[in-house]
Amino acid sequence: MKGEKKIVKLIKVNLDKCIACRACELACSAFHAKPKYSSINPARSRIRLVMDVLNDEYVPIRATEYTKSECVGRQIFTINGKEYSECSFCGASCPSRDLFREPDSGLPLKCDMCEDELGHEPKCVKVCTVGALVYEEYEEEVNEEVKEKEKQIALEMGLKSLLDKYGAQRLLDNFVRMSQKG
Amino acid sequence: MRYAETGYNLEIDLSRGSIERVETDPLLTELHLGGQGTAAKIIWDRVPPETEPFSPDNLIIFSSGLLNCTPVPGANRCIVNTISPQTNLFVNSMLGGYFGTEMKYAGYDRIIIRGKSPNLVYLWINNDKVEIRDASHLQGKGAMETQGILQAELDASAQVAAIGLAGENRVYGASIEHASSAAARMAGVVMGDKRLKAIAIRGTKDINVAHPTELWGLCEPKYKSIADDPENGDPMRLDPSNDAWHMENFAWGNARERRRGYFTKDVYKNDVTTTDKARLRWVGCYNCPKMCKQMLELEDGRKFFTKCFNRLIYMMAAYVEDFSFSYEMLARTTEYGMDGFATPQLLAFAVELYEAGVLTNEDLPDFPADNAERFFYLLDITVRREGFVGDALADGVYWAARKIGRGAEKYDHNTTKKVEQVPLKLGKVNFPYYLMYATGEKMSITQIEGSYPQAPEPDLEKRKKLVEGWEAAPERFKKWFLEWEPRVDPSIEESVNITDWNEMMHYVDDSIGTCAWLSSFRGQFGCRPAYHMYNLPEFISYASGLELDTDKLWKIATRNRTLVRAINNRRGLRRIDEAPPVDHWKIREPEKEQAYLDGYYAFKGWTNEGIPTKETLDKLGLDYVSEDFIQRGILTSDGGEIREG
Repeated sequence: MKGEKKIVKLIKVNLDKCIACRACELACSAFHAKPKYSSINPARSRIRLVMDVLNDEYVPIRATEYTKSECVGRQIFTINGKEYSECSFCGASCPSRDLFREPDSGLPLKCDMCEDELGHEPKCVKVCTVGALVYEEYEEEVNEEVKEKEKQIALEMGLKSLLDKYGAQRLLDNFVRMSQKG
Repeated sequence: MRYAETGYNLEIDLSRGSIERVETDPLLTELHLGGQGTAAKIIWDRVPPETEPFSPDNLIIFSSGLLNCTPVPGANRCIVNTISPQTNLFVNSMLGGYFGTEMKYAGYDRIIIRGKSPNLVYLWINNDKVEIRDASHLQGKGAMETQGILQAELDASAQVAAIGLAGENRVYGASIEHASSAAARMAGVVMGDKRLKAIAIRGTKDINVAHPTELWGLCEPKYKSIADDPENGDPMRLDPSNDAWHMENFAWGNARERRRGYFTKDVYKNDVTTTDKARLRWVGCYNCPKMCKQMLELEDGRKFFTKCFNRLIYMMAAYVEDFSFSYEMLARTTEYGMDGFATPQLLAFAVELYEAGVLTNEDLPDFPADNAERFFYLLDITVRREGFVGDALADGVYWAARKIGRGAEKYDHNTTKKVEQVPLKLGKVNFPYYLMYATGEKMSITQIEGSYPQAPEPDLEKRKKLVEGWEAAPERFKKWFLEWEPRVDPSIEESVNITDWNEMMHYVDDSIGTCAWLSSFRGQFGCRPAYHMYNLPEFISYASGLELDTDKLWKIATRNRTLVRAINNRRGLRRIDEAPPVDHWKIREPEKEQAYLDGYYAFKGWTNEGIPTKETLDKLGLDYVSEDFIQRGILTSDGGEIREG
């Protein structure tokens, strides 16, 4: 079965080209300010440069998903003789650090690839003149059959783990209560 | 709501341990813009001439430029002002990197530090939470090392400015180091005297701009245009021909010898291979697409940043013909926190004293024979103030010469107003440069020159081509440049105007935080600076909401420049102090020079002694200065000049 096509947006990151100017952060926070461009604050940016100046480490990461809990254990990667925490490459808004949370409300931030800037590359890429961030798009076919099957598997897995943890009666009670709330 | 600025100062008293967040008067921004301009006003108000530089009442002020944290690319400078023990005059120093911007994101336009702590401390500024903390564990630590320790202890995202051992030991040439930048020109010594090892800042607040869409529209294309433009940024960044020029035209040793033809293929090879091997990365400062600084790593893993011609100057000063030596010196001096421009001059001066027999083996026990080892030895005793010579050298060339005596004064030939100058020894006096050296109060020619070309262009067609797109220049300068023939001195009128324009651009940069490589210093090379008197008013207006045009901006810069002069006049600066290094030019014209100086004072509206008149001060809204001058007898009661004898 043939599925529909979707556009996949991609930001390619070349760590070696980063000059640590942090213009990406500035532009992102300006673009997402309300009114647009009215304020600057890297803490509101959905891209952050994780940097360790003294060890020459600069990693621009994009805010991805919110997570309630931090990872159990972490990996340390050594690349070209330099040690990077796994967190340096992770875009999650997570309780282990203060990245990707609105500084006032604490609500998670997520990169939207500057969606309302149709036809334009994201602002972080636009101001990255050294090519550390490069925007690309490509078309990907979505196979509906596979997608549906995956959804069913995920649903069953989730339900099974809840059943195991809380028992059928408690799960049912809560399901009914939440459904009634709408 | 305040635009571009936060509207708050952070006031710290280290003697009392008090911390205050103080709302500022928006009128001060209208009058001085911010940065060094506003800091000068604070120093005028609160540091009277009776206050000694090492008094607890001296202030050290870290100011964030007005445009920092707005989208204006290249605006990021933190300006550091105080009164120097070396000169007893106003200090103009600055940091690039991220310190000035993080300060603003934390909610402060400036940090004003007074008092003196009994023990070594550091400041931890985490938005509204500010603490003075014990720094005993940082005592003796390197300036970069300290940054790493505090980031690990406090917050990996904190931005730290720190002094090294030199600052702790009140060495006059101590710098304040931060990331890829250093505040040179005598700022670190006052931080050390106050027993303040470091300031760590973390900020997560908004900076608002007055006209968001208009400002973004102006700034977004600027990223690419600045990045692509070879006429902006540091031209020494990647160009060995520039290294060649500096190594052959700047003087070696104690500013003595120009070595024409030095930069051979072998030197080129040593330059490129040594530097390429050590380089980890080119970096830029906050929100600037240029990458003017490089991080180098030595074989043992020590890392440091280099910029401008500090890569060359240690080997030139020491006569050690190997770039590895410069890099070893930079690694050591960065951790010690020593000024990269004054220190090579100081050490070369000491070597010369030894070679001339003024200093002996008794003064310098076990003094090595090898040039490189001599520099390491002298650096160590200076930073630690070890022995009679180390203690003397720690006060800079001028004071060291006088402490050592025995005729050492005559080897102090490259200072102006008691400050070491770049080692330039040239042929015939150049009058705009004579005026800049003589009257400048930023203590380094690089902080004064910059908008108008240094020399005439022999080819008329090239002159015409350059003038055609010279947007930065007021009209009359284009005419003067077109008519400027080789070996012809610019007239007094031309020279005073050139000097005025050059220095005004620096006073603008130092108040708004823009980098000199994109404006005030870069105009002289290629004449296409990204920022100038004609486009900056729009950037400043859109960001801050201030109504501004070129005339108003020029007037603010003049007000700031005049206020710095007034601070120094009140501390004793007079005409007699206004001279370039005595042998800066081989051929001098003393009478003509004095006529040019008269012309400059007249143009500025200053007395024959170099003091702004009451009329000049009042026109600039500096009535409080003229009142003070009359009260102190610096000006007569009718606002005129007090003449000696």
